[in-house]
Amino acid sequence: MSYSDKVIDHFENPRNVGSLNKDDTHVGTGLVGAPACGDVMRLQIQVSPEGIIEDAKFKTFGCGSAIASSSLVTEWVKGKTLDEAAAIKNTHIAEHLALPPVKIHCSVLAEDAIKAAISDYKTKHNPSKDGEAAE
Amino acid sequence: MNHSPANDQPRPIYLDYQATTPCDPRVVQAMLPYFTEKFGNPHSRNHMYGWEAEEAVEKARGQIGAIIGASDKEIVFTSGATESNNLAIKGVAQFYKGKKNHIVTVVTEHKCVLDTCRHLELEGFEITYLPVKQDGLVDLDQLKAALKDTTVLVSVMAVNNEIGVIQPMAEIGAICRSKGVFFHTDCAQAVGKIPLDVDAMNIDLMSISGHKIYGPKGVGALYVRRKPRVRVLAQINGGGQERGMRSGTLATPLCVGLGEACEIAKAEMADEAKRLTVMRDRFHKRVTDGLPEVFLNGHAQHRVPGNLNLSFAFVEGEGLMMAVKELAVSSGSACTSASLEPSYVLRALGLEAEMAHTSLRIGIGRFTTEAELEFAADLLIERVTKLRSFSPLWEMAQQGIDIKSIQWAEH
Repeated sequence: MSYSDKVIDHFENPRNVGSLNKDDTHVGTGLVGAPACGDVMRLQIQVSPEGIIEDAKFKTFGCGSAIASSSLVTEWVKGKTLDEAAAIKNTHIAEHLALPPVKIHCSVLAEDAIKAAISDYKTKHNPSKDGEAAE
Repeated sequence: MNHSPANDQPRPIYLDYQATTPCDPRVVQAMLPYFTEKFGNPHSRNHMYGWEAEEAVEKARGQIGAIIGASDKEIVFTSGATESNNLAIKGVAQFYKGKKNHIVTVVTEHKCVLDTCRHLELEGFEITYLPVKQDGLVDLDQLKAALKDTTVLVSVMAVNNEIGVIQPMAEIGAICRSKGVFFHTDCAQAVGKIPLDVDAMNIDLMSISGHKIYGPKGVGALYVRRKPRVRVLAQINGGGQERGMRSGTLATPLCVGLGEACEIAKAEMADEAKRLTVMRDRFHKRVTDGLPEVFLNGHAQHRVPGNLNLSFAFVEGEGLMMAVKELAVSSGSACTSASLEPSYVLRALGLEAEMAHTSLRIGIGRFTTEAELEFAADLLIERVTKLRSFSPLWEMAQQGIDIKSIQWAEH
């Protein structure tokens, strides 16, 4: 199988590899996948008091397409509101990276990682004070 | 590094000798006349073109027999080891089906043996799939216990294609002979790599491949014992060539190539095995000295010199292959298979799926150099370290978090 240039670029020069403090209330962490299935993604977002994602980091155990998908979404979510980030679909990721059918699950996992990170961030905050940063 | 003429891009270092081997140039030289001036049909009995082709084919038959201690009359040419395995297993099962209907094989066999057995199950045969021990070897007591009055055939590969382990051929052969059961062995990965003797090992049928032993692709052979005689039902019908067991005009150049490959292997096997063992062990040490958490899959001693199967914990195999694109290797990870399941061979060793996903098969052979292996080892160390730096599992392991304690959502 050959990989698209975009997959190779993200794989060889991954954006935003690293960790944010998962205990920070501004940080939402999504950990999806399973080692037994051959891919695990951890996506972390740091959200400003205005509800904008101002930083994102990832670490991924997986194939080239999985690493590229997670690298790509860290770029895409930065600067977006939580609602905008939640609207990112796996089909966008798969299309942008030109993933073959056998690799679509990598893009699904990346979408799941965004949703899991947003969900984690929201559970850290009081749902009744929606939109406000609970300190 | 070699260069391909097409685009002058450097070609990766070839470390996948269990997948296939390049033709030895001496093999190609031996084959060439039989494409052009000596093009005759070896079955043409009435002129010189036929006679010289027949002579070449019969010489090759002898060369193949010689490397396994068999007579030329016991060698049937086929298109490759897959066909040989089909002919041996289906051929014996179907020929003797009036008397016996049970076959014993092993879960780590090549797909072409397992799929043939599955096919026979549909025809009503009973198949026992023996498990293997953690080191990949068959438990002889389990084999003995599996044999029944209805058992017609035991099929056990000599050398596993993924993990390179060598099964105890002589012991299995002795058990089969004492019970009056035919012993077939897939020796695609074994011929020319380890000494084989059909009489000493009580082997009744043996599958041989051309392209795994520096011969051409598209040719193989099946050894079929004459004394005591083993019968197989032909799977390809036609002009009755190969004593009725495999019809079809023989491909003279390919037969010559397989014969020459066997002759070279027989002469050079002992030295080659010594050289490859030294190179492989040096490579293995260099990698494990430079990287923690690297595990060898399969028995450490009972394996062919040209094979290493390593799990690089916390790094997924296909991602790793992409990261070492300067090397042509293969992986047991799910992503390399259409099924998205990790290697059934590694799973059969009791390896956790997550470890099976991190495996790399490194196959070295006749044309591998020390310099290539030094480069490969250093590259692996560098790239595994890089991939671990962005593996969440590696980070957790460094923090002392047990990955098994996490509730993963299997997808």
